[in-house]
Amino acid sequence: MKKRWFILIAVVLLVAVVLAACGKSSYKCEDPYGCVNVAPGQPIKIGAALVLSGPNESLGVDSLGGVEIAVDDFTAANKDWLAKGKHSIQVVKEDSQCSAEGGQTAAQKLAADKSIVGVIGTNCSSAGEPASKILSDAHIPLISPSNTAPSLTAPKTHAECYLRTAHNDKVQGKAVAEFAYKVLGAKTMATIHDGSPYAEQLQQVACDVFKQLGGKCVAQEAINVGDTDMRPVLTKIAASKPDVLYYPIFIQEGALITQQAKEVPGLENTVLMGSDGMISPDFIKAAGKAAEGMYLSGPAAVNNEEFNKKYEAKYGQEPPSAFHLHAYDAATMLLNAIKKVAVVDKDGTIHIPRKALCQALFSTKNFKGLTGTLTCNQYGDCADPKININKIINGKYVPVWPKK
Amino acid sequence: MSEKIKYFLERISWVDIMVWLFGLAILVIAVIGVIGSIHNAYYTKEQWMDFVVFGISQGGVYALIALGYTLVYGILFMINFAHGDIFMAGAFTGYFLAAKLNQYGIYNSHPIISLLLIMLLAMVTSVVVALITERVAYRPLRKAPRLVPLITAIGASFTIEYTFRGLYGSGVEAYPDMKIFVGKTSVLGLRILKVHLLVIILSILLMAALYAYVQYTKAGKAMRAVAEDKDVASLMGVDVDRVIVNTFILGAALAGIAGVLYALIFKQVHFFMGFIPGIKAFTAAVVGGIGNVPGAMLGGFILGIFEALGPGLILEGLGIPASYQLKDVIAFTLLVLVLIFRPTGLMGERLSEEKV
Repeated sequence: MKKRWFILIAVVLLVAVVLAACGKSSYKCEDPYGCVNVAPGQPIKIGAALVLSGPNESLGVDSLGGVEIAVDDFTAANKDWLAKGKHSIQVVKEDSQCSAEGGQTAAQKLAADKSIVGVIGTNCSSAGEPASKILSDAHIPLISPSNTAPSLTAPKTHAECYLRTAHNDKVQGKAVAEFAYKVLGAKTMATIHDGSPYAEQLQQVACDVFKQLGGKCVAQEAINVGDTDMRPVLTKIAASKPDVLYYPIFIQEGALITQQAKEVPGLENTVLMGSDGMISPDFIKAAGKAAEGMYLSGPAAVNNEEFNKKYEAKYGQEPPSAFHLHAYDAATMLLNAIKKVAVVDKDGTIHIPRKALCQALFSTKNFKGLTGTLTCNQYGDCADPKININKIINGKYVPVWPKK
Repeated sequence: MSEKIKYFLERISWVDIMVWLFGLAILVIAVIGVIGSIHNAYYTKEQWMDFVVFGISQGGVYALIALGYTLVYGILFMINFAHGDIFMAGAFTGYFLAAKLNQYGIYNSHPIISLLLIMLLAMVTSVVVALITERVAYRPLRKAPRLVPLITAIGASFTIEYTFRGLYGSGVEAYPDMKIFVGKTSVLGLRILKVHLLVIILSILLMAALYAYVQYTKAGKAMRAVAEDKDVASLMGVDVDRVIVNTFILGAALAGIAGVLYALIFKQVHFFMGFIPGIKAFTAAVVGGIGNVPGAMLGGFILGIFEALGPGLILEGLGIPASYQLKDVIAFTLLVLVLIFRPTGLMGERLSEEKV
């Protein structure tokens, strides 16, 4: 008796599936890169390839919050559009870590899932380099909230469908050099990078601009990710007695340099400077008192009261790093573009043509986001780049330049 | 005489000659680098001495970890790749006690007692982790071919790392500063950080104690007997399993202390911190002659000093920019050179056929 029931159910299901498949679909996908078809009741999937573990976790947690809140807001604002096919928006999380290997793994996983429409990520430029290539090859757009290395959107090296809402470090490096030369009155600068594309290119831009302004770059040193004993390299830098030591690296190594610089003779009067990779309470926790008085450059758009309220209500804490608003804008940009190019079928199926989606993203113009007014150029730079210099005072990041 | 030369020539192959030439070429490049750096005169004498001091303190930590590798290798002829993570286990657990003591103010009001407590906890944790590893991953494989325990060792290493990640998360925790060890002091005209001084003194004391234990106590004698020949030792009434457990306890206790010292110098702990020091300490053990206790100490200090001095002394003389990124190249080139010219390590004995 039981068996018969099963057979009956199976037959009914089969018929239903066949009807659904060949029944009402009137849409024919003509996009050269194909379409994503989201059947009624299924979620529209977007990926989030962010740092979700390790010393730089706070960067990823921060951005992920931005993405999820953007999804909530979009869902609330487009209820009718989604309701027709009973759709929702699902964020598929992958840990891209802060390394090329991590970026590659996360991107390959996401590219293998044909239902992923677009991806927000990565946090670190080192992960962004392989990820942008892999996802562009799979015709999936990647929008980064915090990759800043100039090479990612350079005319010769940019990936086909890669965009970012974060500033290009050509802007940040210039701000750092100008602040050091004009405000701090520094004449000599030394830099340390960790071999990552972000740090290497950013310190190079800062050095180049500093030289153009009339200063001198006395040392450009490098360390490895995972190094702990920074005293030898700091001793080397101390021999040239720079006015400013600039190390735009990440939390773990940055904290070690900050602490050990205080113990190396010859660096007593050197001003320490870093950048947005170290803007996080985790950095202050790891560097402790040594971080007091240090300057860190970063995006100016970090505080948005309405957003912060939503973030605190959802996660019970303040956003822990500097790129949540960029992540919010990136996700909103992606969702708006999806809505713009998507075709809703009679039965509620949503068809999203891939090439058209990518083109729609690149044609974003005067988009009013939380970080400013965003316009994308043909290489994928969309940001409205404004840089602040923050000083660490009593364990808090206080913006000190440019003065309002 | 001519017979001897003939015999010698017969024993030498072209491969040997090529390898020696390769080694010589590296040495020549190093010498050119040193001459170049001295000619540049970029650093003052104090700065050179600073490098040496940094190297010695880092080397002390390497040496303490390297002892664990060497002790186990000397007895079991296996490389305990999980040893770096046993070091991490000690440092990480010590951190939680340090943070609690700091919170209640005991950390700075009774620094010596706190330090002893932290070290004790770190030692106990490391020993427990090491004993579990030995019981689960190594003992059942004692009679297996030598490659097998090597692979379980790597498995054990990952297991320990990710267990700690699961327990304590993947962030970096900052070790609190101990006020009495903040700042510099001067010894024999050398400026030295107090925390470095502590590390150097403690590591030398511990090594001396270990050496005395192995050489002059009954348990040490049993250990040496097992290292010499397990079967004969057990015929003489030595409990081989107990000696092996003893060896793991000793190595792990030293690693636990090394973990606390490392955390005092660098003030950071995280679950992956054991990997690189573990590899470096293993290198140090091989440089000194694996299986040899004084060799591991010597190897640790030499490696530490080379790492601190090498980039400034050798690479900069060759005009290589951003030389500190190549610190690890120096360490592993040293290993290659030692293996070319003294395959058994600086203080290693020639092993009998049977042992090899």
